[in-house]
Amino acid sequence: MAAIVTPTQQVIPPRKRRKIAVSRWLVHVTLFVLAVIWLTPSVGLLITSFRPREAIASSGWWTAFTPARFTFENYALVLNAQGMGDSFLNSFKITLPSTFFPLFFASIAAYALAWVQFRGRNVLQLVILALLVIPIQITLVPVLQFFNQFKLTGTYLGIWIAHTAYGMPFAIYLLTNFFSSLPREILESAKIDGANHWVIFSRIVIPLSVPALASLGIFQFMWVWNDLLVALIFMSDPASQPVTVRIQALLGTYATEWHIMSAAAFISMSIPLMVFFALQRYFVAGLTAGAVKT
Amino acid sequence: MSKNNLLGWFFVFPAVILIVAFLIYPTIRTIQLSFDKGLGFKPTEYVGFDNYVNLFTRDRFFFDISQFPPHGAVFNTVVWLVLFTVGTVGIGLVVAVLANSVRYEVLIKTIIFIPMAISFTAAGIIWRFVYSPDVNTGILNAILIGLFPSADPIPWLGRIDIVNVALIVAGIWIWTGFCMVILSAALKGLPQEIMEAAQVDGANSWQTFWKITIPMLMPTIAVITTTMVINVLKAFDLVYIMTAGGPRGASRIIGFTMYWETFQNGKPGYGSAVAVIMLLLMLPFVIVNIRRFRNQEQS
Repeated sequence: MAAIVTPTQQVIPPRKRRKIAVSRWLVHVTLFVLAVIWLTPSVGLLITSFRPREAIASSGWWTAFTPARFTFENYALVLNAQGMGDSFLNSFKITLPSTFFPLFFASIAAYALAWVQFRGRNVLQLVILALLVIPIQITLVPVLQFFNQFKLTGTYLGIWIAHTAYGMPFAIYLLTNFFSSLPREILESAKIDGANHWVIFSRIVIPLSVPALASLGIFQFMWVWNDLLVALIFMSDPASQPVTVRIQALLGTYATEWHIMSAAAFISMSIPLMVFFALQRYFVAGLTAGAVKT
Repeated sequence: MSKNNLLGWFFVFPAVILIVAFLIYPTIRTIQLSFDKGLGFKPTEYVGFDNYVNLFTRDRFFFDISQFPPHGAVFNTVVWLVLFTVGTVGIGLVVAVLANSVRYEVLIKTIIFIPMAISFTAAGIIWRFVYSPDVNTGILNAILIGLFPSADPIPWLGRIDIVNVALIVAGIWIWTGFCMVILSAALKGLPQEIMEAAQVDGANSWQTFWKITIPMLMPTIAVITTTMVINVLKAFDLVYIMTAGGPRGASRIIGFTMYWETFQNGKPGYGSAVAVIMLLLMLPFVIVNIRRFRNQEQS
């Protein structure tokens, strides 16, 4: 549409050229308006999180620069007095193992599904495909009862296991697809050289799959960090709850105290946003892997 | 051969245990609970189809056809399905196509995509802020009062007739970036010659878009539409954070109702029936997934 037709440009009559100029202008305006709509909500809350409480109550954030009065007090208050600091650490304690374990168990399973001819393989693949769309809501009550019975409710071990299990179908699906796209010759020649499956898996397949593992790892990290539902049910104890559950609890008391809610929201967003900007390519790849078929 | 069997099962063993213990067995158990009172999260008192019958005949928060338009979580979910899917896929398509022709493509796509990185919880707080009825906080009401000084601020999340649309707008804000990224990738994969041929034949960009780009993107549009529909059927967080189903139950959707009945109202059997309905709504997508896999295996 844009500049591909340089040679023909001289042929275009002036009236048509004016029309093209108008439509170009429309494209810019539309994109500009969408960008403003998409940015305004977050920017507004971000500015608010740095404004003193009285200022928030007496004037809109859009007037915050005249006169400019900003403070870090909201963040200090929320991190210390409102427990967001502890929750922030809890989120890491929940998320890191809940990212590593699914990656580990899914990759060995995916290796077998992609490269070992064993009986039941096809059935297993169908089950995993079916489970991809199953809502976890259907599992919550029995899992909670099971956890209560084994005293796992509210423990880190419990939520690690739960997230590992819930992450399994997507992780296996993504990795099986990736592993089976690796060139057969490399694996065959390793086998001829006498390498067993464990060596092929750990020395060849895993190193070749770093981009896929990175995408999946980042996806799982973000998913667990941002999860509310699972943590709400299994980690509701204030001492061990992650940021999402903490925010939900703060909302009960401080729903309209925007100096608290805004800072709390941005503390919870800080890690996902950093991961997003640093590793955007892998994050997008992991997120879209389920929708785009290979 | 048998060596491979042993080895294969050894490799998938941990994954299979987790899947059976946390997904398959609980699903069966939830189906069982849906025919029970389920107090204490286990079968206590068999009630047959009572939970299902009550959901569709006595629960005006779930299914209410006594008035027009119908009310309840089922119908709110239908409204979500239509508006949310059209909004995310439609705006995603517009941004993908328009951004393709400008130099700041990466910038605009990043801006639209950012909400995908944050939690629905944080997004919910952001939009509660936008919708605040206080004109010193909520920008929507500030604009409204700025334009019409005599108007009253609108409590967007407090009005039965507006709340669902307000929530859906927040949902669209989150998910449009996802649709945009996938559509944009598909768009760049289209053979350029066809577009150029059409332009040489005198088609303007409007015609090229409707007659060539859209039909060729159709398979991708179908895939992301499916993804968005599944999202709505599972959705919970945004409604829980922004309205908790209110005002007076007006913004409940199916995924929220399951949580609410089970964990807030203390009726696990009843909530399980809702979960089973969610599962039934998902079944067509299970079949689509499996069929797609079969086709891939053959080709």
